[in-house]
Amino acid sequence: MDRLAFDIAHLLAGGLVLVSFMMLYQDRLYALLNIFALHALVLAASVAWQAHMQDAPHLYVTAGIAFVFKGIVIPVALHRMIQRLGIHREVETVIGVGPTMLAGMGLVALSIAVMLQVTEGADPLAREDLAFALAVVLLGLLMMVTRRNAVSQVVGFMSLENGLVLAATGASGMPLVVEISVAFSILIAFIVIGIFLFRIRERFDTVDVHALEKHRGERQ
Amino acid sequence: MTGLADHAIRAILLIPLGAALLLAVLPGYRLTARLNVLATSLTFVAALVLLLGDRPTPGAYLLVDDLNIVFIVLGTLVGFTTSIFSASYIQHELDTGRLTPGYLRFYHAMYQALMFGMNLALLANNIGLMWVAIELATLTTVLMVGIYRTHEALEAAWKYFILGSVGIALALFGTILVYMAAHPVIGQGHDAMVWSILIRHAADFDPSLLNLAFIFLLLGYGTKVGLAPLHAWLPDAHAEGPTPISAVLSGLLLNVALYAVLRFKLLLAANPGALAPGPLMVTMGLVSLVFAAFMLYRRRDIKRLFAYSSIEHMGIIAFAFGMGGPLANFAGLLHMVLHSLTKSAIFFGVGHVAQVKGTQKMADIGGLTVSHPWLGWGLVIGVVAIAGLPPLGIFMSEFLIVTSTFARQPLLAIPLVLGLLVALGALFLRLNSVAFGPVRGNVAPAEASYVPMYLHLALVLTAGIYLPPPLVEWFRHVAAMLG
Repeated sequence: MDRLAFDIAHLLAGGLVLVSFMMLYQDRLYALLNIFALHALVLAASVAWQAHMQDAPHLYVTAGIAFVFKGIVIPVALHRMIQRLGIHREVETVIGVGPTMLAGMGLVALSIAVMLQVTEGADPLAREDLAFALAVVLLGLLMMVTRRNAVSQVVGFMSLENGLVLAATGASGMPLVVEISVAFSILIAFIVIGIFLFRIRERFDTVDVHALEKHRGERQ
Repeated sequence: MTGLADHAIRAILLIPLGAALLLAVLPGYRLTARLNVLATSLTFVAALVLLLGDRPTPGAYLLVDDLNIVFIVLGTLVGFTTSIFSASYIQHELDTGRLTPGYLRFYHAMYQALMFGMNLALLANNIGLMWVAIELATLTTVLMVGIYRTHEALEAAWKYFILGSVGIALALFGTILVYMAAHPVIGQGHDAMVWSILIRHAADFDPSLLNLAFIFLLLGYGTKVGLAPLHAWLPDAHAEGPTPISAVLSGLLLNVALYAVLRFKLLLAANPGALAPGPLMVTMGLVSLVFAAFMLYRRRDIKRLFAYSSIEHMGIIAFAFGMGGPLANFAGLLHMVLHSLTKSAIFFGVGHVAQVKGTQKMADIGGLTVSHPWLGWGLVIGVVAIAGLPPLGIFMSEFLIVTSTFARQPLLAIPLVLGLLVALGALFLRLNSVAFGPVRGNVAPAEASYVPMYLHLALVLTAGIYLPPPLVEWFRHVAAMLG
């Protein structure tokens, strides 16, 4: 495998981390969704490149799912949902942008430090891919804890799953079972979330999770 | 490979799956509730056949060995008794209008889908398949927790969903790392995800990768076990969903997640270079135990009280398995079985109590032994059992855990015993006001089925007095396998 192929793989995986960072500071929901679509596109490109390099045609399926489903269908659906709920103007973060970004940088440094040290024996492409994937997973988690709005928590969760897909494709020859299951679980997860969002809308007229917490069982 | 065992495995998986599809379309409460009971009873029978028959050779996807058969028999038994309880519980929910027939259909379908997910997770030989099955089980319970659509139920379901997804995501990352570790040794493809092949080659895996994988798996599946500090979803999910689901959650789903952790613990144990998984589990177990024991005092809601008690007991079980060794593993297994039986019996009782009184607040419930002797005394026996007093079975398993800890790590026994005693105090404090004293709340007679509750309690009592030698032998064998 030539040097260029490695570099492109790194570029794409690193790009995913970068887009994860971009998601951290989006305070408008529409912008967040656009960035999430970009996230999915970078993921699709990265997976497709892996498919090409590993000569594993089934990975193209995973790339296609990422492109069509996460890059187009979900952002469009969420877009419409936000419109219908009338929350497109909402701005919400728990912590300010500065501390969030700092925390994000810390997490990326942590994942690279941990992964590169642990996987010394593994092949170089896989280990660096895995380090980036862990960074994307952790950034997704960070996004979930710094957001209050149910929609942006869901987006955070989906970006986290993108990191998992990156990890699964980086591990060469991992059976298709897992990739399909990842895609499938996102589908189910989305349905579930959709149901929840509608119910939440029905009951509370807001999708701010904070409003839910006022109803905690034991605080009555 | 014996034909009978194959059929049994197929039955264990296909009956719940078929029933889920069937119950999703059939109308009518009486019919579907009975079909639900029928399906779970058939699954239980199939599990017994599997227990008594020969062990089939492990395939690429499914595996039956001495470890998971314990979980399968226990799971199908509790699933069966809970469906009996559920039939009488649901009738009341329909009468009071908390559930509509449409939701009921959904509820029954989800109940069977949950059974399918759990059985698949227990039987899975492929670690990817196991992950998918546990995710399926999680999603079905999320939907059922939110079924009442009250503010609290939605919040509980949302919290459960978010925390459960994060846990499940971490577990998948751990699964991928296990594959990465196995990949250089076993080669690409399916074989590197098949547990029975993994365990044979585990000694050659890269230890540091395996360590990292286990930490992700422990955190991920540990969220589902309800170990502190990842337990936040558990009390809400138990308190706000239908009570049969609380019983199934405590009695089964927590065990399934624990089973997943145990499988990976075995992998680590087989690798000489990997870190010992025991201390991690011991720490998480003790923290859960002590934390939950103190939290018990602040509970106002009866279902939350017992949910925290579940965290406490899962802590004890994780602690016992973390200690390892034949005695502690034996005690951990026994404790797990008895806790499942006792806790689901308690939830059966609590479910009817909450229906009769129309509230889950303990301040509004009192003098149950006078107003509803069957329910009240059942609850008393259940709490005595769960608190770990003789002659009931949990006393014995806790006693074994405590003595083996004293023999090996006396310092660890101090927080263990402290947690047990603190929890005992809290439980009796609450029990006293709920079961005895002046009668509070509605005194209308309960339309309850007492059979499941007393059946479980009878089993727990029997286990406390006499354990049949074949059972002891069987558990001893599994304990040795767990190392």
